[in-house]
Amino acid sequence: MEWYLPLIWAAIIGTAVVMYVIMDGFDLGIGILFPSAHNESERDQMTRSIAPYWDGNETWLVLGGAGLFVAFPRAYAVIMPALYLPVIVMLVALVFRGVAFEFRHVSYSKTGWNVAFTVGSTVATVAQGVILGGLVQGVAVRDGAFSGGPFDWATPFAFLCGASLVAGYALLGATWLTMKTEGAVAERARGQAKMLLVVVLVFMALVSLWTPLTQPRIAERWFSLPNFFFLWPVPLVTALIAYYAWRWIEAGREVPPFLATIALFLLGFLGLVISNFPYLVPPSLTVWDTAATPASQIFMLLGTLLLLPIVLGYIGFVYWLFRGKVREGESYH
Amino acid sequence: MDFDPVLLARLQFAFTIIFHIIFPSFTIGLSAYLATLGCLWLRSGNDRYQHIMRFWTKIFAVSFAMGVVSGIVLSYQLGTNWSRFSVVTGNVLGPLLGYEVLAAFFLEATFLGILLFGFNRVPPWLYVLSAAVVAVGTAISAFWILSANSWMQTPTGHELRGGIAYPADWLTIIFNPSFPYRFAHMLNAAYLTTGFVVLAVGARYLLAGRHIEEARTMLRMAIGLTAILAPLQLLLGDQHGLNTLKHQPIKVAAMEAHWDGSKPGDFHIFAWPDEEAGVNRFAISIPRGSSLVLTHHMNGLFPGLNSVPPSDRPPVKVVFFAFRIMLAVGFFMIAAALFGAYLWWRGTLFETRWYLQVMAHSWWIGFVAVISGWVVTESGRQPWIVHGILRTADATSPVPSASIVGTLALFVIAYGIVFWFGIYYINRLIAHGPQKIAAETGRFSPSPISAAQDAGREALRH
Repeated sequence: MEWYLPLIWAAIIGTAVVMYVIMDGFDLGIGILFPSAHNESERDQMTRSIAPYWDGNETWLVLGGAGLFVAFPRAYAVIMPALYLPVIVMLVALVFRGVAFEFRHVSYSKTGWNVAFTVGSTVATVAQGVILGGLVQGVAVRDGAFSGGPFDWATPFAFLCGASLVAGYALLGATWLTMKTEGAVAERARGQAKMLLVVVLVFMALVSLWTPLTQPRIAERWFSLPNFFFLWPVPLVTALIAYYAWRWIEAGREVPPFLATIALFLLGFLGLVISNFPYLVPPSLTVWDTAATPASQIFMLLGTLLLLPIVLGYIGFVYWLFRGKVREGESYH
Repeated sequence: MDFDPVLLARLQFAFTIIFHIIFPSFTIGLSAYLATLGCLWLRSGNDRYQHIMRFWTKIFAVSFAMGVVSGIVLSYQLGTNWSRFSVVTGNVLGPLLGYEVLAAFFLEATFLGILLFGFNRVPPWLYVLSAAVVAVGTAISAFWILSANSWMQTPTGHELRGGIAYPADWLTIIFNPSFPYRFAHMLNAAYLTTGFVVLAVGARYLLAGRHIEEARTMLRMAIGLTAILAPLQLLLGDQHGLNTLKHQPIKVAAMEAHWDGSKPGDFHIFAWPDEEAGVNRFAISIPRGSSLVLTHHMNGLFPGLNSVPPSDRPPVKVVFFAFRIMLAVGFFMIAAALFGAYLWWRGTLFETRWYLQVMAHSWWIGFVAVISGWVVTESGRQPWIVHGILRTADATSPVPSASIVGTLALFVIAYGIVFWFGIYYINRLIAHGPQKIAAETGRFSPSPISAAQDAGREALRH
């Protein structure tokens, strides 16, 4: 039990992170694509396509943070101080883009909040990429506490991850708009999706090459035998999905490109897990090193098993309720 | 930089959490008000309730957004600023916060989508039910977060091994001794805060001669509520205080600026506690007032600040004055609500302009009471972050002062901008007032209820 519990919890938090990245990913992506809209009516259409969901989507971020605190308090206590500045910059950026949602609808002049929405979304995305990169490249730990400096995370690799995530979220946003809107917005999103797909693949390739080249433990994980025999399908499947995503966008399909983008994100996450498991704080603290006491993990697990299906149920209901294309002129509030 | 990193971490957390609590203390009450209006609308079929409900829903949307974004910050700050605290208490407090997210946050955030955007898509009963679910969600959220906070004040149900808290009995942890009192006191405070905002807006419309029918409904509902809850709050606060005396006597000593426990305590209406000398200056006091309230006895004794060394005392001035501000606001609320009820009974409520003037300008008093109440209980817990288990000074993260100063400045600027725009927009929504929106929904029928029913049926059928 003491061996399995941390694994179960790592899976739950992994799920929360994936849910967050996909669901808030298309929200943030729409913020990143915001400047490409031609007028307020188009921007309204873009925000309306996510308005009923964004608040729920962002809750997965709280679950990720709280989940880490619940299940792995010692990892939480190392990661947050180590990535202090990018975490707080991300939070402040999310404040701006969150209120921009409501404020631009009640403000007479929308320009300021449009800018806040774009800048907030973009900065939050870069910060999330930097946090990920900062974690993967390793965190200095002594006696179970963070022992590095305030700018340890600031490496070219971390910023590469930040740029990659901007492209990735923008792709999610573009394929979401293709699916959920009509007219000029959908048409433009289709063109953006094509371009962004290429950019995302270039970034994925860069990150996938950079990590094994700089991190021997990751190189060993992928290229030692027999691992290599089991792992070579991962890049192959990625390439295959990317190919089909391109075909589907070309063919003017509406839903499949979005699903393919989600699949690309899942594969990227799988690659990350393969590279770093069982470390939660590479290169020193594993899921077992940082786990909360079993009594706490079990108590929360019972609640999660009971509540998470209900949560997913009513989230599904709301997505179903607001299904279909955004109707022109549909009222806000 | 040679600032004290503990003080900076506290300042930053105090700033972000005070900013945050403003919004939940309003939205907890407002969501319950929306649900009540919705039920009245469904039962009576009177569209006035629906107009008022949809008017307040717009204000709710803006306030809730600010509450959400400032709340996300807090879930990460425990780690960024208080990593040692996270390690020591994670086993115990982690699940309480986890349950808050799973049982409350998703519920609120998801059904909020229906409340804000679903009016034309769902039948009226589901629209009103969504408001009720959001209201229940906010109350569940308050339940878990106040349980966690109360455990920091009166920790029970755990055992300490190697300085780390491990859970022993979850029910004892959740229902720790101060939790029922703190929960009741805070929930009531949230409803009162909202009641006074609704009261102020109704008074403002009546004075301006606009939205008369809606304004009268708001006034009646707000006075009906606050006339019961404001006196009740005095009782709850008294019980909460007695509970604090039992478990955190030094906090109470600071609230009363009571130094010498061998003598009965006076109630100081005003005093300047001199923490160096351990005496009060310029005191205006009711002799033995504190003893009477706290021990129900003229000669009752309770511990004084001098019974512990200065290093174990909270900052007396902060606790003492914050407590007085809370009391003053509380008594004002009781007087205002009861006097309003008296005017209502006399039948002159809507014509007594001076009363409406005062109330129209008193929308903010609940917030002041909530914030000063939290300052009392949190500053009063010092020097402990978890009473008797971990000192605040030992709870911080290994983060340099410069990082904390920089991010504190960032928070002050960001929240400053967001706050003033938020207030400005809410004020403008109020100035705009409830709209008779029948035209928008009533394309197929003159009555919004049946129009919404049609639209709802249509949406659910496909």
